[in-house]
Amino acid sequence: MRLVVVGASLAGLRAVEAARRAGCTDPITLIGAEQSAPYDRPPLSKALLCADNPAQVLPFHAEGHLRDELGVELRLGTPATGLDVDRREVIVGTERIGYDGLIIATGAAANAWPMGAGVAGVHPLRTAQDALAIRAALDAGARVAVIGAGFIGSEVASAARARDLPVTVIEAAPQPLTRSVGGAVADVLTRLHRTAGVDLRVGTQVTQVHQSPSGVTGLSLSDGSHVPADLVVLGIGARPATGWLRDSGLPLHSDGGVLVDATLATGAPGVYAAGDVAHSPHSVFGDDVLRLEHWTSAAEQGAAAARHLLDPSAARPLQTVPYFWSDWHGHRLQFVGVPSADEVRVIRPEVERFLALYRRGDRVVGAFTINGQREIMRYRRHIVGQAPFEDALAEAAAADAVVA
Amino acid sequence: MQIVADIAQCEGLGMCEAMAPDIFEVGPEGHVVIHDPSPDESRRQDLQAAVDSCPVLALTLQD
Repeated sequence: MRLVVVGASLAGLRAVEAARRAGCTDPITLIGAEQSAPYDRPPLSKALLCADNPAQVLPFHAEGHLRDELGVELRLGTPATGLDVDRREVIVGTERIGYDGLIIATGAAANAWPMGAGVAGVHPLRTAQDALAIRAALDAGARVAVIGAGFIGSEVASAARARDLPVTVIEAAPQPLTRSVGGAVADVLTRLHRTAGVDLRVGTQVTQVHQSPSGVTGLSLSDGSHVPADLVVLGIGARPATGWLRDSGLPLHSDGGVLVDATLATGAPGVYAAGDVAHSPHSVFGDDVLRLEHWTSAAEQGAAAARHLLDPSAARPLQTVPYFWSDWHGHRLQFVGVPSADEVRVIRPEVERFLALYRRGDRVVGAFTINGQREIMRYRRHIVGQAPFEDALAEAAAADAVVA
Repeated sequence: MQIVADIAQCEGLGMCEAMAPDIFEVGPEGHVVIHDPSPDESRRQDLQAAVDSCPVLALTLQD
């Protein structure tokens, strides 16, 4: 069968690799909007911003490897513009590319911020190009303002503080990261930033962007204050990059994401979706429909979509447990499971070894740790096993006993 | 079948431990400790899942 993967991303690459590993020898075409072969995104807001590391982004595999070893026809720098599910064709500009099997892995694009549109020095952080521009500004010693105290924004703030640059983080909500980890955990995250010297302004919005001919010079805030800045980084979220599917007839979520079943099938013949674009039911969490922007989900879903496409009779619902990590000011944050819970119980409040557990009914559904690398996956086992909350509490008590 | 970990690359993110906890563990130094570097062939699927799930591509499976 002719396999077409739209999205030269982690999910797209894993789909190609899994198809070949499953023995598929048919033609595979990989279509990407960016000019570059698939590359890894987590380092863009972490290692790449660190002064000690080279200012370059390398792809997972060179284009030659993708062509010669994986037998992929590459169509890079040419975004898909439409999909005709009846004729089984992906539309790329004026061209139509036929498929028997299609994997949609176009990911997400940074939300626009109209107030800063066209102002030099104002950057989202999604692509390698964005990250290199931010890196260059940090290298030049910029005064930094970050809009949004989410993960991306907080990692940029950490990178800037590591260089001893002044950083202001502006967050419209009363606390950072409420949506991702819940309010009970937000307090410790606030402390992390402030201890590291970040000027964190919560419950505040930007009212005006100031600029000179050379670019941004500062921001006015709704609390009446002024923040001088030579670099403004937007950490205000991303939305599914599915504009090209608008007229396809595929079922889309109100945020534009693609609705799929627990095997990642869209319902259109031979069409699957994986990664940041896909809203899928998560069987471990009572079939909650989640769209995750996590590395591990993209990798897992990309590979699974290819296997299911090649052999639908063997398709099984994924047992995904969401997982993400982030590095703030030398501390490792990790979260497994889901934050929507009846109770978030802070077991250990100390920043050095913070632990919170998330309870839904009598079950454990999530765990958040700071510097808990040796512990976090123990809670994952209870979560994937849909174990009682008490089991996770006992695990935490056992971990404490080891420390003591 | 041999599992090789690039310790310089490993960040102790723990996905390998999640996939096969009897074989991988995040150790006291914050990176992976491999309890059984040459497991039985019957474990290939688990090990491949562990290798594929590593966010920093620190693991390889060699025959």
